[in-house]
Amino acid sequence: MPPTTLMGVTRMVEPRKNYLRPLDLKHGHVDMAHGAGGRAMAQLIDELFARHLGNEWLAQGDDGAVLPAPGAGRLVMATDSHVVSPLFFPGGDIGCLAVHGTINDVAVMGAQPLWLSAAFILEEGLPLADLARIVASMATAARQAGVPIVTGDTKVVERGKGDGVFITTTGVGLVPPGRELSGSRAQPGDAILVSGTLGDHGMAIMAGRENLGFESPIVSDTAALHGLIADLLASGGDIHVLRDPTRGGLATTLNEIARQSGVGMMLQEKALPISPPVAAACEFLGLDPLYVANEGKLVAICPQNDAEKVLTAMRGHPLGACAAVIGTVHHDPQRFVQMTTAFGGKRMVDWLTGDQLPRIC
Amino acid sequence: MKYLAEFRDGEVAKKLAAAIAREVNPERRYRFMEFCGGHTHAISRYGVADLLPENVRMIHGPGCPVCVLPIGRIDQAIQLALEEGVILCTYGDCLRVPASGGLSLLKAKAQGGDIRMIYSCADAVTLARQNPDKQVVFFAIGFETTTPPTAVAIKQAAALGLSNFSVLCCHVLTPPAIASIMEGVDEQLQLDGFVGPAHVSTIIGSRPYEPFATQYRKPVVIAGFEPLDVLQAIRMLIRQVNDGRAEVENEFSRAVDRDGNRKAQALMDEVFELRESFEWRGLGTLPHSARRLRAEFAGFDAERRFALAYRPVADQKGCDCGEILRGIKRPQECKLFGTVCTPENPIGSCMVSSEGACAAHYTYGRYKDG
Amino acid sequence: MCLAIPAQVVELREGDNAVVDLAGVRKEISLSLVDDVAVGDYVIVHVGYALNKLDPEEAAKTLALFAELGQQAGDSPRH
Repeated sequence: MPPTTLMGVTRMVEPRKNYLRPLDLKHGHVDMAHGAGGRAMAQLIDELFARHLGNEWLAQGDDGAVLPAPGAGRLVMATDSHVVSPLFFPGGDIGCLAVHGTINDVAVMGAQPLWLSAAFILEEGLPLADLARIVASMATAARQAGVPIVTGDTKVVERGKGDGVFITTTGVGLVPPGRELSGSRAQPGDAILVSGTLGDHGMAIMAGRENLGFESPIVSDTAALHGLIADLLASGGDIHVLRDPTRGGLATTLNEIARQSGVGMMLQEKALPISPPVAAACEFLGLDPLYVANEGKLVAICPQNDAEKVLTAMRGHPLGACAAVIGTVHHDPQRFVQMTTAFGGKRMVDWLTGDQLPRIC
Repeated sequence: MKYLAEFRDGEVAKKLAAAIAREVNPERRYRFMEFCGGHTHAISRYGVADLLPENVRMIHGPGCPVCVLPIGRIDQAIQLALEEGVILCTYGDCLRVPASGGLSLLKAKAQGGDIRMIYSCADAVTLARQNPDKQVVFFAIGFETTTPPTAVAIKQAAALGLSNFSVLCCHVLTPPAIASIMEGVDEQLQLDGFVGPAHVSTIIGSRPYEPFATQYRKPVVIAGFEPLDVLQAIRMLIRQVNDGRAEVENEFSRAVDRDGNRKAQALMDEVFELRESFEWRGLGTLPHSARRLRAEFAGFDAERRFALAYRPVADQKGCDCGEILRGIKRPQECKLFGTVCTPENPIGSCMVSSEGACAAHYTYGRYKDG
Repeated sequence: MCLAIPAQVVELREGDNAVVDLAGVRKEISLSLVDDVAVGDYVIVHVGYALNKLDPEEAAKTLALFAELGQQAGDSPRH
């Protein structure tokens, strides 16, 4: 055995064959080699991604995951890209957000979510510790939801060309025969329900922005809703529309549905569930909670007679504890969403224009 | 939320609305102008007009600093960002106002201008400290509510000896704008009284409005910011009109008195002086209606530091912002309203600012237009 | 033109600064424009500065005024 000298210390060491120094997950950074398709990339996948996300499909190690054809029914596929900044915020991170968001998009179609894919665009210089944290969070979210990530991809872009990391998730699910959920099915006379408090996610992000200087107890509501949705659908109520309001807030989602269904809506401001800290943060910044993003809430539209049943089903689930009936659908060729204010007057709840910006006036 | 929720109570609103309905003289019309854009926004957002009798009408006034900011001033801010390479700090309200060349501050940002939205002018001073090798300019707009904070920021910068901080000062005054409106009353515009601004009045007090009541014989009631405040102020105006009085009354007594905030006034006077004249969008050029930095603080004046020229720019053809700001026309009467000019594609500033008459009507009230 | 909200002072900090609280949301603001502010006082906050203190007695008086039944139109003027 030849002696080797390392840092002034001479040892008798058996040189190991094919030795690969492990990734420095504490202090290392993503570099261009990690996206080049070679050994460095394989190592990243092996020591970081697979370590957290490991399952039988990823272990197949092929370009695509081979999955069993699901049973009777129709397939639903949904995709979402996530570019949130900051990457870590009170209540979550870009990783679990990406998992929950796509599960929800599949589930609101009435489908049982089956599998997810995840594609990452990493910016050169992203700390590996952050990436590990994000991937671990995704793994936990996927595991708790019971929806595995079966295939993925990683690319690296030069410093300055990405915001740390962008994640795109795609989900596939199965809608049982006979179930028809669509944004075009709202009818005059229907009741409009929401599953809980509005604006939590958007204000958690805002309040977390350093330059606004707030301290708040607001936490993102990011959550997988397929369990709540299953309860809803099992309630016996005839659900016409299910949607999860995300960017642009409840107002945007309702305007979309109104347009799709060719109807108008009348909301009751007093019935809107909004937590006091979210209301307060909106006051400080001059924002309207109706337009602030959510990531773990549902809008459900059903016939008036079924509203009670559906509400009870929602409130029976932990994610629907603050569910409420907030308005009704009516005939309106102009497809306006309107609201009776808590003050007693009326106003429109119009489409959002651009991004809602904090104002001084 | 204390001092907010009680002043928005719908049950109290019903009773107050019923009281107003009893007190109006059914034989006449009442036309009141709410001067302040914040009140315009509150009226639209809460649907206050729905609680008023048919013969009481609210007319939107020009108290929206974004709406009265001339295009030429936004051009100056854009020039600083794109040509001088400064870090341009602005309140969110200004970002989408259309300026010359199809630009806005937001579009200039997309073109590479370092334009940062801030919540407080103190943040601009912080940015200057954090970026000693760059010039930081704060785009200062607003009436007397927003002016004292700018004065504090400038003094702070002076105390810190910052050489890379300056202010593009477009602060304007409320009384000259009210005077300008009052001049046009009875010729072009029927007005029976004014709802005076809430937070401007906490700074300047109620005294500055007294000459208007005496000279023009129109009642002024200073109203708080919440919808019940506005309703109550309207009730007080109706009473004055019925009684034949023209006085200054203060509904916002919990935050406003006759003298105002002396400390804030002194700070403003220390840092700023009045410009001889200033161009306002819609109101024309008004004398002694805007501020600039005094000689002692000239080092922080961005117009001087960067030798900025002011170039007046006319409103787009067809844009009725001017007459809407003066209450002569309603948003629906502008040919561009809702067709070419929408919040997505605003032609004039009345559509950009969330408290501009056009934006407020489009966003909250256009369902009434049929 | 002036989005300002009433918030309660919960902490005084050095250099004319203070922390206000509104329904659990806390923000550091400047008291440079107002004198004699104590913890517990309510102030009107605009762009990170307190503009004025809020007078609780006057607030109560105003609320009482809202509830006033009022006069009919045509009643003789009260001077």
